[in-house]
Amino acid sequence: MPPEGTHGCALVTGAAGGIGAAITRVLAAEGWPVGVNYRSDSDGAERVAAEIHGDGGRAVVVAGDVRADGAADALFDALEERFGPVLVLVNNAGVRADGLSPQLRDDQWARVIDTNLSAAFRTTRRALAPMLKARFGRIVNVASVVGPRANAGQSNYAASKAGLIGFTKTVAVEVARRGVTVNAVAPGFVETKLTRDVGNGVVDAIPARRVGTPEEVAACVRFLASDQASYVTGTTLTVDGGMSA
Amino acid sequence: MEAGVTTDRVEQVIFDGLVEVGADRDAVSRDASFEDLDVDSLDLVEVSQIVEDEFGVELEGDDIKDLKTVGEVIDLVVARSP
Repeated sequence: MPPEGTHGCALVTGAAGGIGAAITRVLAAEGWPVGVNYRSDSDGAERVAAEIHGDGGRAVVVAGDVRADGAADALFDALEERFGPVLVLVNNAGVRADGLSPQLRDDQWARVIDTNLSAAFRTTRRALAPMLKARFGRIVNVASVVGPRANAGQSNYAASKAGLIGFTKTVAVEVARRGVTVNAVAPGFVETKLTRDVGNGVVDAIPARRVGTPEEVAACVRFLASDQASYVTGTTLTVDGGMSA
Repeated sequence: MEAGVTTDRVEQVIFDGLVEVGADRDAVSRDASFEDLDVDSLDLVEVSQIVEDEFGVELEGDDIKDLKTVGEVIDLVVARSP
């Protein structure tokens, strides 16, 4: 939950469904007013906000493609006006555009890198000044087990997520002495729209013998975003049923 | 942007900003170096933000990385103030 006396809010990008929606719900349940960002699924985002309102929480839907010029400013300006500074930022928005490297097109490469990595840089850059001023901030980047490990057909996705983990570590070191932590979670196979077309055989490769749930990832983000995680920074928490062990 | 940005006003804001990021008030002067004040690059980023909020003058990393003393930053901000 927010530290006592803290005035601010949380922003989750890509929050209309799946892991992002689950993260948004737990942060709201922790007492944070939340910004529910979406690009295309306005119905999903509105549903998430309505659920939070129904549970007595505070949420506002903030539309915007994180890849767009000026998107970070627009999202943060809207939330700052409504709820005060963004003190928890969860960079969750992510896309896939799979293909074997010899056939991967420039636009497939660029879309994945821009969304999964460059947009996270721009929201993080926008978030840091108010966090430094507040002497409190939590940034959690949603990475993946793909990146630290290979997955054929996803060189763009792997590059973006490995990049996100490297980015996480370095920003963490830069701002650690101001009470701002920067961490990543690395989900394995989690049941969402993004993984719907992944083959059934994959479960055999997971020691837990099942795919994960968005709520299991969200629980890890809840911890990393909490006041209690104040000495955890620059790390990546793997949430994969033992697949990377 | 406030009307009438004076060197004294810029000096006051920057001195206060340096104290806010941990510099010893008694040691802060135009001639003090950031090294002497134990003010590091992240501290200067914060002071730059204070300057931007107060005077609308943006100081980027390249602008301040070679500056050694408090007075040099004050002069730069005054020179850039509209």
